[in-house]
Amino acid sequence: MTDDAPSFDAHRCENGHVTYPGHTRCPDCGAEQTETVDLSDRTGTVVTWTTSTATPPGVREPNHLAIVEFTVDGESVRALGQLTTADGVDIGDDVEPVYAAELREPGAGIREPDSQAWDGFRFEPA
Amino acid sequence: MASGEFEGQTGVPNALAHDLNALPAYTQRVDQTSASGGAGIYAAWQSVASGASDLTLLVGGEKMTHKTTGEATDVIASLTHPVEYKHGVTLPSFAGLTARKYLDEYDAPRESLGKVAVKNHRNGTDNPHAQFRKEVDLETVLESPVVADPLRLYDFCPITDGSAGLVFCPESVAQEYTDDYVVVSGVGGATDTHVVHEREDPTTMGGVVESSNVAYEMADRGPEDVDVAELHDMFTILEFLQSEDLGFFEKGEGWKAVEEGVTDRDGDLPINTSGGLKSKGHPLGASGVAQAYEIYQQLLGDAGARQVDATVGLACNVGGFGNCVTTTILEQP
Repeated sequence: MTDDAPSFDAHRCENGHVTYPGHTRCPDCGAEQTETVDLSDRTGTVVTWTTSTATPPGVREPNHLAIVEFTVDGESVRALGQLTTADGVDIGDDVEPVYAAELREPGAGIREPDSQAWDGFRFEPA
Repeated sequence: MASGEFEGQTGVPNALAHDLNALPAYTQRVDQTSASGGAGIYAAWQSVASGASDLTLLVGGEKMTHKTTGEATDVIASLTHPVEYKHGVTLPSFAGLTARKYLDEYDAPRESLGKVAVKNHRNGTDNPHAQFRKEVDLETVLESPVVADPLRLYDFCPITDGSAGLVFCPESVAQEYTDDYVVVSGVGGATDTHVVHEREDPTTMGGVVESSNVAYEMADRGPEDVDVAELHDMFTILEFLQSEDLGFFEKGEGWKAVEEGVTDRDGDLPINTSGGLKSKGHPLGASGVAQAYEIYQQLLGDAGARQVDATVGLACNVGGFGNCVTTTILEQP
């Protein structure tokens, strides 16, 4: 990846605990989170997944979703994200993050469009 | 309640006090998403226990059915973290994610989830306040349209308009008015992670564990003392998780209790005799209040065809996907 490619940042405190997303204080130990770890070029494992067919305004239908676990220097960190496909996906499978500029249509739902980011990473079966 | 989000009407407690000729009584709105009713019980109990009030009216209500399913789902999903919301996650999809993990982890059959829906619909037929007073069979549940795989339409509560009310006061005040009252012997509230995927065990609801520990300790009771329980079955899988995290059954064993009829009305621990959110409906702000009302009726012997033998009852109200939880223990005086 080039330097200006979007990153998929997990956050790490001085005691090595890693979370996604970041928090004001580490949920494990209360220390400040001082660095980021890019997950975008790592392989994760599917913890569980679903296909949602009753989706809110501005969300693709069906919407395949997974909770994926990464290991960073021996520490586990999980992220929820859309799957590019649910075909053949099962618990324990390897997946890789793929960047998407817009995961759902900003402003179509109840949340204020300017209040948050709408890009992010989907998971593609490896 | 979430009247601002659903109807563009805020300040409802003020309006209610005025309409009920209750001025100048102090009013407040309690917002704890789907657990607002239980949080209201906690707040009402605090108002009396602290001595600040000797008569507190708690009203839970919601008007939701004028919204489309997608819109109502989005209002509810707005409680999620931005990194969850942007992926289009909904509360039903959290249920699908958790159900798949649970079935895989504990080798539970898909049918066991369906049996929760069958049981609660059966109970609801005898509840005059239930949204659905209609039995469903297992085949209908298992063949209904997929909503969040592996969960289907009948694994989910409906979208509902409804309300419920309770009056709180010191026992000495209650005795001036009536013999028909029950005692809040324990109440506890707890918060779990905002981001659902950050929980160490996706099949455990930490807020249920923690809030019930507080309630049990206050009441000097344990799970074995509970005769009847109303659990937050917004999704069938949640009845399993709560029945385990409240200590009724071992982790991973809740599904067996449903299979064996333990939680049926004539079982050892009847769960959701009201029909639960599944059949009674889930008007967000009302549900926690309505749960306690069912326990109240059971303890007074006023539950009609739904009546079970009970002196101690428990209600567990869950907001978000376990993000905020209250547990209340009610007993006969």
